[in-house]
This record gives sequence, structure tokens and C-alpha cells, in this order.
Amino acid sequence: MMSYIWLLMAAAAVLAAFYTGNINVLTQAIADGAGSAVTLGLSLCGMICLWCGVMEVMRRSGLSEKLSRFLRPVLGFLFPNADSIAMDALAANVSANLLGLGNAATPSGLVAAKRLQEISGNKGKASDGFALLVVMNTASLQLIPVTIATLRGANGAAMPYDILPHVWVTSAAGMTAAIVSAKIFARIWGRGK
Amino acid sequence: MIMALTVPAILLAVAAFGLYKKVDVFDAMVTGAKQGLKVIYGIVPALIALLAVISMLRASGALDMAAEALRPLCARIGIPPECVPLMLIRPFSGSGALAVGADIIVRYGADSLIGRTAAVMLGSTETTFYVLGLYCGAAGVSKSRYVLPAAFISDVTGVVVASWVVGRL
Repeated sequence: MMSYIWLLMAAAAVLAAFYTGNINVLTQAIADGAGSAVTLGLSLCGMICLWCGVMEVMRRSGLSEKLSRFLRPVLGFLFPNADSIAMDALAANVSANLLGLGNAATPSGLVAAKRLQEISGNKGKASDGFALLVVMNTASLQLIPVTIATLRGANGAAMPYDILPHVWVTSAAGMTAAIVSAKIFARIWGRGK
Repeated sequence: MIMALTVPAILLAVAAFGLYKKVDVFDAMVTGAKQGLKVIYGIVPALIALLAVISMLRASGALDMAAEALRPLCARIGIPPECVPLMLIRPFSGSGALAVGADIIVRYGADSLIGRTAAVMLGSTETTFYVLGLYCGAAGVSKSRYVLPAAFISDVTGVVVASWVVGRL
């Protein structure tokens, strides 16, 4: 699936470049994009490692178990196959997302994704639990969008945070659509090879 | 002010609780960080492939052309046409979306309908393709099945609801 999307995007870019006459910049754009991936990886590296460290402390001290017990009723309903390792990571992922700590949400989300995939025994093919987790993470679950409010404040908004209710309604709608569509697809999408 | 304290406060609280529970906090931090390195090792190759092609899409002008083509349709469902470029770049690039969104807010005013819609779109959506690449890379998933269509439905819902809610609430 990803292979087709990748090819489609590349083909669209080349065609568009011919049309707009931007062919000269393509080679440079490829180099820039690949380079920016490494920069991004490096810039993520420190915080991901640090949050993984914090998660390990939370795990050893029993804090993550407390957190996941709190979120378990909801998460258990969404991820019926999750074991305790996946559940702890899921709980950390969801609570970090709610707090708007994207950097903290990513490592726990990746741990959960890996674990859900291992449990399913699927090699290279997305399991339903993995798919739901990814779809949920592509929707936003942030209670307080700090960056956006800062941006508005810097550009003369009278009350930078007065968009909060709109953001909540929109996020809730997006999240509901994410969960419902993932659950429906899980039933109807082909399970064969 | 409270926001600025969230992350440091969490770090402090977790470490204090760990010590209280007699956990070797520093050792746990280091062990966890090693796991983090493995995570990075898994995601960077996927990011390279994705960001290279996204950079192509941007530089070639394909994204701008798509924005132009989608304008009439968006106007019909109530999405301000000025927000279309933002809507298109949002799934691909977080920093790109922030740049486009900031541009819209500066140009039309933070408290204008367009500026507010852009802010809500930015605040209530995620960088779908980046998330997808990240998670598939980490879990070794190459066949993503229905992940993309489901994420797409969620994104479209978000954009439509954002435009609707800002116009009405």
C-alpha cells in the first residue's frame, strides 16, 4: 500500500514539475527532503530517548500501571487484544496526547504499536489494533493547543485561547470519525493475504 | 506560565515518585533511553523515503495546483478557499502547515473568520503521513491495510467540522 502511495506522489511531483517548469528544482528538493528527515530524526532523538527513560521510571515505580488502570475501561474497549505491556504504553500515549505533549506521546505510541503488532503475530501486515492506534494518532486529541494559541497571540488576537471550544468540538469529531471508521473497516476490510 | 511548567513538573514528579518507590531512577532513565535509540533507528529510514517525496511534491508545485483545483468544491462545503493550501499541506508537513497557517493568520488577521478557521484546523489535526510513516517504520508494517482511508475520513471530518464550527459557534 505504502509503495503505491509513494510512487503516486513521486509521479505526481514529476508530472507537475514538467507542467510548471520546475524540473530544475526537483533534484535539489529530493536531497533537501532526505536531509531534513535525518535532521528531524536527530532533533527527535533526544526527546524520544528522554521520554522513553521517563516511561521506564514510570513502569518500574508502578506509576504507569496506575495510569493505565485509570484509562483501562475505555482502552480495553477499543483494544480488546492488548496485554499489560501494550496497555501501559497505550495509556501513556493517550494521556500525553491529551496534555498536548507530542514529544512524549510519540515514544509510548511507538512502543504500543510495536507490541500490538507482535501480539497479533502479523508479519508486516497491519493488525486491527495497530491500525486503530495509528488512525487515532493521526487525529488530534489535544486539550490545549499551545503553539496555535501562541501564534494567534503574537498576531494580535484579542483572546488567543478563545478558539478552545472550536478546537475541542473539531478534535472530538475527528477522533470519533477515526475510531468509528477504523472499527468499521476492521470488519469489512479483506483479512486474506 | 502553567503551560511552561508542564514538562519540567512531570519530569520532577516522576523522578520523585520513583525515588519514593525505591527505584534506581537514573539507571531506569538510561535503560529507557537506550530503547529510544532503537526507536529512532527504526523510524529514520521511513522518514527519509517519505520526506524526500513530499519535498518533491512541494517543490514541483503539485500541492499548489491541487489547491487551485479543489477551490470550488471547498467553497461549496463551506471551507474558506483561503484555507485550502493549509488543508492540503497539513497531512504532509507539520512545520509546513504551521508556516502556511501563520501566513494566513498574518494576512487575514488572527480574529478574522479565515484566521480563526486556520487556527482551529491547525490545532485539531495531525500530520497524518508523518504519523503513518513513523508507526509503520517502528512496528515493521509494510501493508497498512485500511489505515490510510480511515485516517483520511478522520482528516476530512476535521476540516469540514472546523469550518462549520468556526462559522457558527
